[in-house]
Amino acid sequence: MGEEFEAGCARPTGGPGGESPNNVSPKNNETKKEEAPMIMVGKKAPDFTAPAYQKGKFINVKLSDYLGKWVALCFYPGDFTFV
Amino acid sequence: MSIDSVFVHKMWDDHELSKMVKSGVPFPMMSDVGGKVGTIYGIYDDDAGVETRGRFIIDPDGVVQGYEVITPPVGRNVNEAIRQIQAFQLVRNSKGTEATPSGWQPGKLTLNPGPDLVGNVWKVWKTDMAFD
Repeated sequence: MGEEFEAGCARPTGGPGGESPNNVSPKNNETKKEEAPMIMVGKKAPDFTAPAYQKGKFINVKLSDYLGKWVALCFYPGDFTFV
Repeated sequence: MSIDSVFVHKMWDDHELSKMVKSGVPFPMMSDVGGKVGTIYGIYDDDAGVETRGRFIIDPDGVVQGYEVITPPVGRNVNEAIRQIQAFQLVRNSKGTEATPSGWQPGKLTLNPGPDLVGNVWKVWKTDMAFD
């Protein structure tokens, strides 16, 4: 499990971690919309850290902390949506 | 993971999900405010400002073995995700000597790819095995 953190007034945010994708050069950052590199099966999953809620605690989760385990990473549109 | 804050995750778990799942959601409900992680995984819908239903199976080496992405109105098939993880685990444990044909379920026939199997799959695997 990730490290617990104190809940402050700001909404905690995470983001990508590890090596930055090598196809993004500083010049490309001038354009707002960048093409994200496509996820490929058989290739490494991009690492990230993200704040999370788990069983009464707020924790920081890092994908690479789960090395050695099978991970099902699920995205969904939003809390209190219906499906 | 969704674009909701951890505070909203707590409210959703406290007030709705814990009424569906005893003791609430056991795994981390991650927050991706701004969709940065969703963007690098290619499932963030910038126009709608939400993440689509992306599901990634990641092995113990951190390698993506499979993924599925569907639009919001249709829910996932959890049994199929579990079946795929079981299949990937079997292949990994066999160090690649076994493969799982279409329709494979735990306990069912696996294939041992090699010179003797070339052109002979029809002798051991029948098309109706894809559907049961």
